[in-house]
Amino acid sequence: MVLEYIGLNQISGPLIALDGVKNAGFEEMVEIKLQNGESRSGRIVQIDGERVIVQVFEGTRGISLTNTRTHLTGRPMELALSPEILGRIFDGKGKPIDGLGDVFPEKFADVNGMPMNPVSRTYPRNYINTGVSSIDCLMTLIRGQKLPIFSGSGMKHNELAVQIVRQARIAEEEGAQFCVVFAAMGVKNDVAQYFRRSFEDSGTLSRVTMFLNLSNDPIIERILTPRCALTAAEYLAFEQNKHVLVIMTDMTSYAEALREFSSSKGEIPGRKGYPGYLYSDLASLYERAGMIEGHTGSVTQIPILTMPNDDITHPVPDLTGYITEGQIVLDRGLDGKGIYPPVSVLPSLSRLMKDGIGEGYTREDHSALSNQLFASYAHVQDARSLASVIGEEELSPIDHRYIEFGKAFETLFLNQSFHENRTIDQTLDLGWQLLSMLPKEELDRVDDEMLEKHYKKSETPGTAGAL
Amino acid sequence: MAEKNVIYGVNGPVVTVKDTADFSMQEMVYVGNDGLIGEVIGITSDYTTIQVYEVTTSVRPGEPVKGTGMPMSVELGPGIISNIFDGIERPLRDIEQATGPFIGRGCNIPALDPDREWEVTVLIKPGDRLGGGDVYAECPETPLITHRLMLSPNLSGEIVSAKPSGTYKVSDVIAQLKDQKGHIHELTLSQRWPIRIPRPVAERLPCTLPLITGQRVIDSLLPIAKGGTAAIPGGFGTGKTMTQHQFAKWSDADIIVYIGCGERGNEMSQVLEEFSELIDPKSNRPLTDRTVLIANTSNMPVAAREASIYTGITLAEYYRDMGYHVAIMADSTSRWVEALREISGRLEEMPAEEGFPAYLPSRLSEFYERAGYMKTLNGKEGSVTVIGAVSPQGSDFSEPVTQNTKRFTRCFWALDKSLAYERHYPAINWMTSYSEYVTDLAEWYEENVGKDFLSCRAQINSLLQEESNLMEIVKLIGADVLPDDQKLVIEIARVIRLGFLQQNAYHKEDTYVPMQKQLKMMQVILHLYNRARQLVSASIPISRVEEAGLFDKLIRIKYDVPNDKLSELDGYIKYIDDTIAGLTA
Repeated sequence: MVLEYIGLNQISGPLIALDGVKNAGFEEMVEIKLQNGESRSGRIVQIDGERVIVQVFEGTRGISLTNTRTHLTGRPMELALSPEILGRIFDGKGKPIDGLGDVFPEKFADVNGMPMNPVSRTYPRNYINTGVSSIDCLMTLIRGQKLPIFSGSGMKHNELAVQIVRQARIAEEEGAQFCVVFAAMGVKNDVAQYFRRSFEDSGTLSRVTMFLNLSNDPIIERILTPRCALTAAEYLAFEQNKHVLVIMTDMTSYAEALREFSSSKGEIPGRKGYPGYLYSDLASLYERAGMIEGHTGSVTQIPILTMPNDDITHPVPDLTGYITEGQIVLDRGLDGKGIYPPVSVLPSLSRLMKDGIGEGYTREDHSALSNQLFASYAHVQDARSLASVIGEEELSPIDHRYIEFGKAFETLFLNQSFHENRTIDQTLDLGWQLLSMLPKEELDRVDDEMLEKHYKKSETPGTAGAL
Repeated sequence: MAEKNVIYGVNGPVVTVKDTADFSMQEMVYVGNDGLIGEVIGITSDYTTIQVYEVTTSVRPGEPVKGTGMPMSVELGPGIISNIFDGIERPLRDIEQATGPFIGRGCNIPALDPDREWEVTVLIKPGDRLGGGDVYAECPETPLITHRLMLSPNLSGEIVSAKPSGTYKVSDVIAQLKDQKGHIHELTLSQRWPIRIPRPVAERLPCTLPLITGQRVIDSLLPIAKGGTAAIPGGFGTGKTMTQHQFAKWSDADIIVYIGCGERGNEMSQVLEEFSELIDPKSNRPLTDRTVLIANTSNMPVAAREASIYTGITLAEYYRDMGYHVAIMADSTSRWVEALREISGRLEEMPAEEGFPAYLPSRLSEFYERAGYMKTLNGKEGSVTVIGAVSPQGSDFSEPVTQNTKRFTRCFWALDKSLAYERHYPAINWMTSYSEYVTDLAEWYEENVGKDFLSCRAQINSLLQEESNLMEIVKLIGADVLPDDQKLVIEIARVIRLGFLQQNAYHKEDTYVPMQKQLKMMQVILHLYNRARQLVSASIPISRVEEAGLFDKLIRIKYDVPNDKLSELDGYIKYIDDTIAGLTA
């Protein structure tokens, strides 16, 4: 017998309260039927004896205290999964919206997932060659890593993500097992279209699963979107043995949805009104990247977030940085100079690269080279700030060379075309060429042997002369 | 039959039970049909509030809540070392066996392997009188650690029977003890201890031994004592975790307790992998033979994260009572405090600063005060050193967790973003960091390292201080206009920064540096400074010293001189003298 509860007790924002409910489970899904025949779904977020609070994903517009019939489904939010989800498009809570009908499920999985046992994880070591110099050399992406892009409105994070998807190659012969799960949270229609078209153009659409919650879609549904996407990704990776790249954009919109939900629930806010559990909540998403011992598949995440007012100390990028294994930060200054991708080198970082590069993975000089590039480019910033005070002419000869090096580094190394796919050797050789613009004594992060092998004093970079 | 105590309400990890007087504060309880582990955190006449250490999805009102009559406690006995536990001491390897690569719910697996047999030497005979903390048996736990079985600190009395030495399992009774009231207690290989209560000691001793970490910036400039406390605050990407890993690998404690509190899963798997491969230079055994890992990654339940810190320090105190020097790395205490905030919010407590509960400082001080160099109840000396990472929000050190931690720790190793950007690791800012242990440790340094160690340290410090003042000027007008003696300070400070403070964790000679080499390196650098100063006063331009390559040669000492051939460093003194003599000639 299905019990239905007629009417409600309270409506506040996206939340409704029902009284006299027996045997409700925490986080159980409920179905709400309106008098006009419309059906909405919700989730129990709090239980106080016989009073339950339900979060309605589609919003509470049109709901009154009397016009609903609610029944409990007895299960937490589950996603229907089968290998056929590749190539399909779903809405933010996992319902197909591409007109191809429901997924014929092989299994159902709780979208909240379960925490991966740290003992069962394999430490990620294999790098993914993205063909983008700045990423490959300085913040190498590793299979099983979570590496977010910190961007701002109007910068080219979407292009960069598309380029990574198009060019990403895995070192071993496992390209066929590569697929993409794309989760859009509160992004503009155009952006979703752009990703869709780009996947189509590069012929990867049949290997992409999309979950779309656009900016005009219900906000509370947004809280489910990344969970659905990651559940799909885990299924593809650990049951279908695929290498899954998950792109989630825009995490800031997700966090805002969480804030809205939290404040309507009357919770005590933490920083900037975000709930105190924002860290745990984001972690429950980001930590679902990784590899498991005994499984060949992997989940790699590239979350994209726009920093409000380009502020990296804003709670969303701040907490994200504490959870993810590094970050790629985009810089508006470089973007303004027309450099693509405008990767701000110094604050960017990949924590896993130290064990996934070097001999056997990329090249034995990779680690020393990237350290030296970081150190030298940091010196460029000092020289520039000095130049802005005393003028470039007054700089010492060595600082002059740093300024030159900085310019060349930005225009030749960071800058590359949207369609340019550089091999790791090209990238590393270019790095050495640029370092050769500096006197040998300045390169203190590299040991002599390596310097001997790669430092080319006579040879200035071929294109640098054209500057 | 209806259960008496049933769940009334659920809100995230917080569960309430209505109208009961059966539970006591901080009692451990089993919640729901799955038997999820929880702890009582609030009692009113209407409601008992329980925090649940597992995910509460699908928990329903009406499910039973069973009390255990005991406060939240951990099992202590052989088998702790080399193991990896979650925040409430459940062995993660056994959980993997039970529920696969994802952690299931309600698995109540004993902390210590009940089937494993230990080679126990019984040290007592009937008629012996024992006091709390006395050792009644011991067994080799790993090739490095002898596990001493101690009477629970609350017990004392007379042994009435004892088994002979032999192989026993953790739950086997090896002796019986009659206390003053005539009750008989059975002594097994294990005991339980509540995690929130410090284990008692005979007396607290002053901290006069350093914890040698092999990291130059710590050992030479900002030392920590065995039994001391330190905080490592730093924004993301500044290398907190790397610094903690270096300490865990190289510090000269007997036992390391590494608490991954709300941090990354991949990092824990790296620690697991790396520590089983790395060989401890002193004992030639894998580091896992002296390490206990507690992993509560950020996606594991938040309440267990709150408990993980206490679990870790209780294990540490237990080994301290055996007479070992234990060091705890807690990465990161901010996640622990955030877990406190999250639970406080669910209880609708009145928040203080930034939503943190008002009892934040008292919880932090309770935790750090459990560190110390102690005389144990059985007359041995042991210590617990606590090194806590702090992850300040927005990299802002004025936030409440950093500020309050600063009040209760005596070392403050501030990690600096701009140093990390230059890839200067460890990115410990030598100007804003401090250690209050220098005077306590002075005697040890003079006796064991060298008479002039402290004066070298002071000179290095003042050179760095002088450089930082000069850099203010350089930033405005450039280095070229400085007089030569000031240029020399800047050059020498560069040598100190790059050649001494910066340390490469991936270089086999540089990852760990013995104290003697640290002292000699300082001596060589200061020797160059003194000689070059003579040149400058003789009006020989400093650029000639630069051209001779002396500065760069000194920067490379850390790579060029192997740790076991320190005599090569004497050659540097001569080389400096010869080169400078050549310049003056």
